[in-house]
Amino acid sequence: MATAGSLIHARGLVKRFGSFEAVRGVDVDIAPGESFGFLGPNGAGKSSTMRMVSCLSPRSGGELRVLGMDPDTDGPRIRARLGVVPQQDNLDVELTVRENLQVYGRYFGLSRAAVRERAGELMEFAQLTDRADAKVEPLSGGMKRRLTIARALVNDPEVLLLDEPTTGLDPQARHVLWDRLFRLKQQGVTLIVTTHYMDEAEQLCDRLVVMDGGRIAAEGSPSELIRRYSTREVLELRFPFGRVADHTEVAARLAERVEVLPDRLLLYTDNGDAALAAAHEAGLRPVSGLVRRSTLEDVFLRLTGRSLVD
Amino acid sequence: MTTDVPTREVPPPPPSRGTVLRILPPGLYAGRASALLERAFVANRRAWLALLSGFFEPLFYLLSLGVGFGALVGQVVGPGGEPIDYAAFIAPGLLAASAMNGAVYDATFNIFFKLRHAKLYDAVLATPLGPLDVAIAEISWALLRGGAYATGFLAVMFGMGLLTSPWALLALPAALLVSLAFAAVGMACTTFIRSTQDFDFVQLAILPMFLFSTTFYPIDVYPGGLRVLIECLPLYHGVELMRALSTGAVHWGLLGHVAYFLVMAAVGLWVATRRLGTLLLR
Ligand SMILES: Nc1ncnc2c1ncn2[C@@H]1O[C@H](COP(=O)(O)OP(=O)(O)OP(=O)(O)O)[C@@H](O)[C@H]1O
Ligand SMILES: [Mg+2]
Repeated sequence: MATAGSLIHARGLVKRFGSFEAVRGVDVDIAPGESFGFLGPNGAGKSSTMRMVSCLSPRSGGELRVLGMDPDTDGPRIRARLGVVPQQDNLDVELTVRENLQVYGRYFGLSRAAVRERAGELMEFAQLTDRADAKVEPLSGGMKRRLTIARALVNDPEVLLLDEPTTGLDPQARHVLWDRLFRLKQQGVTLIVTTHYMDEAEQLCDRLVVMDGGRIAAEGSPSELIRRYSTREVLELRFPFGRVADHTEVAARLAERVEVLPDRLLLYTDNGDAALAAAHEAGLRPVSGLVRRSTLEDVFLRLTGRSLVD
Repeated sequence: MTTDVPTREVPPPPPSRGTVLRILPPGLYAGRASALLERAFVANRRAWLALLSGFFEPLFYLLSLGVGFGALVGQVVGPGGEPIDYAAFIAPGLLAASAMNGAVYDATFNIFFKLRHAKLYDAVLATPLGPLDVAIAEISWALLRGGAYATGFLAVMFGMGLLTSPWALLALPAALLVSLAFAAVGMACTTFIRSTQDFDFVQLAILPMFLFSTTFYPIDVYPGGLRVLIECLPLYHGVELMRALSTGAVHWGLLGHVAYFLVMAAVGLWVATRRLGTLLLR
């Protein structure tokens, strides 16, 4: 990745809380217009990294440039050009929906007339126009999330940082949001997303890193990662709970690699149907057998030995 | 989410730091505290009545102790040595207390709620604003509240004929100074408060200070050692300052009280800013 034109540039980035190292030497470069993802399980250090990039948390070590500036000295100037969606909504509970957007715009130095107009557009964007003069507290979780995202757009940010944008949304709301984010990307906004949903990572990210235990375990586009760390297809063989281990030895002979989960075996192979036939021939009698394409979940399992969503 | 968000007017970058501000650690200040102060006006637009209630407390004290109890006491010796009505003696003390109360109430309960529960400042710090902007804005709001109570109380004093000198015109800026100092130190203390139970300690500090800071009687009732202790209390300096201004017993020593509050305000602002940084920018 070219370093010169990158919006975010980190080398050996470290975050410590007391003696605990939450981020242990992260290297990333994010180019303008790219959508970039941090994929990882709970506690991987995704939010800690995002907060450092958002200039909300001073780094404990390493190098970090955001929009070509140093967060330690240029925090206000950098934040003026970012949109930040934190993992936990922190809307202003003393204000209405409309006031939340207007007041937030004023923090960025927009004129009163500009924030009035902008608030109207963003309420349309977040489908909250009919709740304009309602307080924030009684809104549903999904509505609050949409308002938080709309609020992050009030200053027309060049970079939008979204920490688990769709956690807590219903499937339809997630798809609508992905569509909105895709349009922002088309308008040239750089998106940085954290998630522990592989489908979200595949939908949104041109390129992503898999994080685990504060480190980057792998980097690439979703399809690259799948090609590099998994096989084309996966055969899932379900067995009665507790009996899975009995069959591992046989299964290992049928595939390039086998993962053992509590209720099933995952056989990594380029031809799932052939492996399924071979399994029957070898005398395996699973409760069910399913052939599917590899996903980022499999990449994650390979890299960390753990499931992504536990 | 239905329509595209068109891009437009790019917000201005935060102003570059002036000469004075260059000595501050970078990133603390964006020079935009006014935007957060504006938020306080918006948020309190529907709560004027609740704000008003704090004005009545010192008024009730004035009526019951100054007018009622004052009828028993008659005249006392004023700060200049001349005899004055008891009501005229305690009214400046209550004026200082009202400046303190409004500021402290806002800088403790309200800021605690916004800091720990509503997470307001977490959201604000993701914009160009820094901890110093937050501290300045919130202290200003608390100061305005204390100042508003004091203004109302001054008007009552004027109406009751308790202001006997043209120096009393200076009582208003003095009340703002007292509010400012209490707001700043109040906010600094609030950053150390961990749970609402700790507010009992705030009450424990405020009430005795109100009763014993020469609000209701002159300092010479105290024996030597105790007197020094009282002279260290901030409200004592407020009471003395107000009493001197409202009765016209003005002397250069009053500048000592002013200096006391300026130092208090500066220390409070500095501690509040530093603590906000450590609490929120982890
Ligand atoms: N303020 C803090 N003080 C101490 N430890 C912290 C703090 N914030 C985060 N941590 C620790 O740092 C580690 C990484 O946390 P972080 O929130 O970055 O993870 P994450 O990848 O965002 O996880 P999740 O998916 O649960 O949001 C965790 O072990 C967490 O306990
Ligand atoms: Mg997180």
